[in-house]
Formats: sequence, structure tokens, C-alpha cells
Amino acid sequence: MELKDVIELLDCEVVVGGKNVPQNVEDVFAADLMSDVLAFTKPGAVLLTGLTNVQSVITAHVAEVTAIVYVRGKRPDADAIKLAEQKGIPLLASPLPMFTACGLLFERGKRSESGTGRR
Amino acid sequence: MNEEILFSQEFWIAGGDFSNAGSVSTQIKAVLKDIGFDPRIVRRTAIACYEAEMNVVMYADRATVRLYATPSKINIQFDDEGRGIPDVEMAMQEGYSTATPEMREMGFGAGMGLPNIKKNSDVLEINSELGKGTRLDITILTV
Repeated sequence: MELKDVIELLDCEVVVGGKNVPQNVEDVFAADLMSDVLAFTKPGAVLLTGLTNVQSVITAHVAEVTAIVYVRGKRPDADAIKLAEQKGIPLLASPLPMFTACGLLFERGKRSESGTGRR
Repeated sequence: MNEEILFSQEFWIAGGDFSNAGSVSTQIKAVLKDIGFDPRIVRRTAIACYEAEMNVVMYADRATVRLYATPSKINIQFDDEGRGIPDVEMAMQEGYSTATPEMREMGFGAGMGLPNIKKNSDVLEINSELGKGTRLDITILTV
């Protein structure tokens, strides 16, 4: 799956386009808790979140998340947009709730390879 | 054994400065990437630093961060002045948290910070004194 398929499937508005972005979506991770993103995502994942502040973009940069999809019709705040432009991280805004967005991606065969909490 | 130091730098973090939270970690990430460390090592270090930086912003008054990189290891010390950790053993447990709602709104403060730092480092030493501050010594082996 490519990023443009995610944009179409989740009816996303492209808030920040990003540049030199790997178009292949390696993995998908969904969370509002940034510590969980830091603990469990694989590099190259797309993050689905409802957290719209600048910490979402810093977390994406630190954890090497390829793009962020803000769900539930939320939009990133001004600081988040500014940093994403600097770091070249695409920010997308979807009107869909988290559950539906995840469900659509799952239905299209996207399976998360991120770590589980089990040990 | 004294190894060649590839890079060393000091950084400062101001407690409560949520608008700059993460800037030290992104600087450290850029430096390590420029040196040419393995991207997986850079990512692990950046994640550990970001959690430690958020802890300082959320709980401490200020901190000095010292980064040392040699060919075989990366060492980062977070030396903060602040309230200290009353029970380090409790703080190391996933889910244990003393965070405020404001901290949780930032996407942090769910009791994952220290466990995440430990998970991403090869050696983690924590020394905390109540009312004085906390020192984290994070080592990540690069070979």
C-alpha cells in the first residue's frame, strides 16, 4: 500500500505534503499516547492519532514515522504544521473516527507488524 | 580503556517549557546521524532521550544533558534539579504515574517514560535524591 492509497481510502485532506517521503507504507500504528508510539512502532510506519499538538510531530520524527493521519476530523495545530514542514513529514487529516480508519486499512489487507505488549 | 571521543556536547532543558520539549532530543538525533551511527542505534538513542527530556520538562526545574559518543558507545547523562523520584522502583513499573492532566494532554505521563528508556538503552543508571534532583545515565552500545 502506498501513501496515496491511504489518503484516498481515509478521505484525507493533505495538510502538509512532505518531501522525499517514502511512498510505501511499511506499517500502521494507531495511538493517542506518544509513549506507546515510541515503544511499539516500527520505523517507516504511518501513525493514526487524535493528538494534534507538536509532540505528535516530534514523536514521529524521533520514531521515524513516515506520515501522520489525524483522525476524527481533527487538524494539527500551528506548531505541529510548522515543524512538519521543517522535517518533511506529511500531515493528513481524516474525518473518520479512529476505529473506522483502522478498520478500512485492515480490510485492505494492512496488518500491523508493530510489537505487542505481551512478553 | 580510553577511547577516542567522536563527539561531546552539553545541552540545557528548562522544566515546564512544553513549547520546546523535544528540541534537545532532535538535536542529539541529528548529531548522531551526522556522525554516521547505524540508524537503529540513532533511533533507540533518540527515543530514550525524548522520554528523558519529557520527564525533565514535566517534573524537574532544569537539567544539564551531556552527550558523549565514542566508536563503541553513546552515553547521555540527564542531570536535573528538581523534586526527585520518591520511589525509583515504582517509577520503573509500566503504568505507574504521577502525571497531571496537562501532561497527559501532551500524549505523555502514562507511566511509560522510564520503562521506555530502559527498553532502548543497554545500561541505565538512576540516582535520585528527594528535593534535590535525579540523574539518569544512559548508555547505548554501538557495536
